[in-house]
Amino acid sequence: MDLISNLSLGLSIALQPHNLAFCFVGCLLGTLVGVLPGIGPTATIAMLLPITLGLDPSTSLIMLAGIYYGAQYGGSTTAILINLPGESSSAVTAIDGYQMAKRGRAGIALAAAALGSFFAGTVATVVLALFAPPLAKAALKFGSPEYFSLMVLGLVCAIALAHGSILKATAMIIVGLLFGLVGADLYSGAQRFTFGIPELSDELNFVSVAVGVFGIAEILRNLQNETDRDVMVKKVTGLWPTREDFRRMAGPVVRGTALGSILGVLPGGGAILAAFASYTVEKRISRRPQEFGKGAIEGVAGPESANNAGAQTSFIPMLTLGIPANPVMALMIGAMIIQGIVPGPNVVNQNPELFWGIIASMWAGNLMLVLLNLPLIGLWVRLLTIPYYLLFPAIMAFAAIGIYSINSNPYDLYTLTLFGALGYALVRFGCEPAPLLLGFVLGPMLEEHLRRAMIISRGDPTVFLTRPISAVLLVIAAIVLAVVLMPSVRRKREEVFVEED
Amino acid sequence: MKKLLATLSIAALALLPQVAGAQTYPERTITMVVPFSAGGPTDTVARLVAEAMSRELGQQIIVENVGGAGGTVGAARVAQAAPDGYTLLLHHIGMATSATLYRKLPYNPLESFEYAGLVTEVPMTIIARPDFPADDLQGLIAYLKEHKDDVTYANAGIGAASHLCGMLFMSEIETQLTTVPYQGTGPAMTDLLGGQVDVMCDQTTNTTSQIQAGAVKAYAVTSPERLEQLPDLPTAAEGGLASMQFGIWHGLYAPKGTDPAIMERLSQALKVALKDKNVVERFAALATKPEPEENATPQALKAKLESEIARWKPLIEAAGVYAD
Repeated sequence: MDLISNLSLGLSIALQPHNLAFCFVGCLLGTLVGVLPGIGPTATIAMLLPITLGLDPSTSLIMLAGIYYGAQYGGSTTAILINLPGESSSAVTAIDGYQMAKRGRAGIALAAAALGSFFAGTVATVVLALFAPPLAKAALKFGSPEYFSLMVLGLVCAIALAHGSILKATAMIIVGLLFGLVGADLYSGAQRFTFGIPELSDELNFVSVAVGVFGIAEILRNLQNETDRDVMVKKVTGLWPTREDFRRMAGPVVRGTALGSILGVLPGGGAILAAFASYTVEKRISRRPQEFGKGAIEGVAGPESANNAGAQTSFIPMLTLGIPANPVMALMIGAMIIQGIVPGPNVVNQNPELFWGIIASMWAGNLMLVLLNLPLIGLWVRLLTIPYYLLFPAIMAFAAIGIYSINSNPYDLYTLTLFGALGYALVRFGCEPAPLLLGFVLGPMLEEHLRRAMIISRGDPTVFLTRPISAVLLVIAAIVLAVVLMPSVRRKREEVFVEED
Repeated sequence: MKKLLATLSIAALALLPQVAGAQTYPERTITMVVPFSAGGPTDTVARLVAEAMSRELGQQIIVENVGGAGGTVGAARVAQAAPDGYTLLLHHIGMATSATLYRKLPYNPLESFEYAGLVTEVPMTIIARPDFPADDLQGLIAYLKEHKDDVTYANAGIGAASHLCGMLFMSEIETQLTTVPYQGTGPAMTDLLGGQVDVMCDQTTNTTSQIQAGAVKAYAVTSPERLEQLPDLPTAAEGGLASMQFGIWHGLYAPKGTDPAIMERLSQALKVALKDKNVVERFAALATKPEPEENATPQALKAKLESEIARWKPLIEAAGVYAD
């Protein structure tokens, strides 16, 4: 059995005491930077690159990988407690997680996130071990037409993300799409909405936008009137999920893991998309869709599992093809090159100890993370009792430092400020920031792939229907759209929301 | 006379700190700005060189990634930094091409910097999707000329190495192909591996492992000689394209006005770093070589920059694609 001998080779590397130690250091650092708003794994790994020079390749990559998936765990903590996604992929978790926290269920939300992530991490590790090479090959079948159709499906589903009026949700998606246009056009170099500022020519920073519309806006909202300063809920009803909570978590966790494992493999798809997709699916199939946006545990467990599974399987294209699926993977590739290993299709054969060592360490790392995070829940929840006049400035400062550290770009801070103000205005107008964020992420990708597909097909639009994967995705999108627009569903939807108001 | 002496000594005193600064340089941590994101090929080159130079200079060199607008944001940052030798710039061929690609630049590549020396010149390889019909460079050229409306050429965005190489290649073979831009080399390579696009020309840093694994077809390397890592890959000259010699050269710069003595010290440290065992080995893994000692000098870098600006100006103008 190849797999067993490979895995035992991997375990023999991963379980060496110094590798375990560095795995732990990575997970701990990852959790910390995940918790601190704005400072993400990208900045951390970039700062730690010089340190890894002194370590051997497996050890340094095990540590860097630990930072990456540790940050996925940590990022959900601030998203839940203070509506501040510490990591881009936990933006979705903030929607229902923060509502749970406001209802005194912060501990349960944190436990749901940690346990869901652990399950997802374990399954994704197995997926990685069993199917990495074939999955990577399958991902190569995804050309621009397929990505375009996937984005269309994503945008159609985004309407379901909203829990208010469809009109407002659509408007928010379009506003997001427009903000996504800022920067130099990839195909012609033309500057769009950059006002002659070179720093704006590389698009607005996603983390700035997300932290602005969620976190900063929430702080502003809390400061608006003296009596309503209740962000930090004092009463906490139980830290541990009840049997009922576990029952409600199980399905979303499994489905989120499946979605995350698949979408994570697609270069450029990634964890954020998986989290959005999982939220949409859970809301669609839930018998209590009206609870979404008001603190549904499914809305935390599903997306958290999805983003963690996606984070893990995004190693597949990097390890098997040498292709980075996201900026963190690009850094990993840099780290490997500095170590003298050139990432590519040969890594599995030439450096089996590295390949299998990293995979085995992921499982060890996930176990450490859950052991690290569960006891911390009590501590995190106590953070909520910090008075706002200490907490708010601290959050602002950390967010600003973190965001500046990504690219040393002052315009990222201006973006943060602008979107903080915009996010506050949106809250006042009863518009939701989540669809805006999705539009912002998907818009540029939608355009990029549409135009590329048209260039490659020489302007033949039927390419979206003649390629089977693309056609299937578009048909699903059409069905979803039909369901949303069907009079009976619409009426039911409206009833549900009327009831809420 | 006394007055003159006093004036002179005051002048000497005023000069003293500067002289001392140059003599005792470096006294604190140096920042090396890389105008691209961390993890990319230029960043890797910078980190390897910075580490070796740190040891030689006895002060730490920190690599700071200031990405954006094809490297011009980072270059502008350094152009405006204090010329004290504590802010350096490691930039590649983009320093020369940005002079034409950008019609408005906040700095002048030829006037805003002092030069330390050339670092390395990474060769380019012409590659195609694994099932592409042509088998050698001549066959490729013939095929491209015949099917020029059907073949797609991938690049990693305006100003990227693959964009420049494509421009040069198409001009050499006098055939325009449909260009498909990508957001960086990663996605471009993905589509090439998956057969979504046909041809690309990119740095060995990105292509060597794919060529060695047989995941793509390779036709030529643009260096004057064959590469040790890819001994079977002919040079473009061998394949009949003698003028297709081209590499992604990297240079080390400092803001205009930096003391010549400091530039000399940096050039000397660069020379030592380029002979460092670790640097040579890691560069070899990337299929590139450190520049020989005589090129790690201010004069060599300045000459290279001037000749490259002159070389790319007409090519870019003929293509008519600008980055702003």
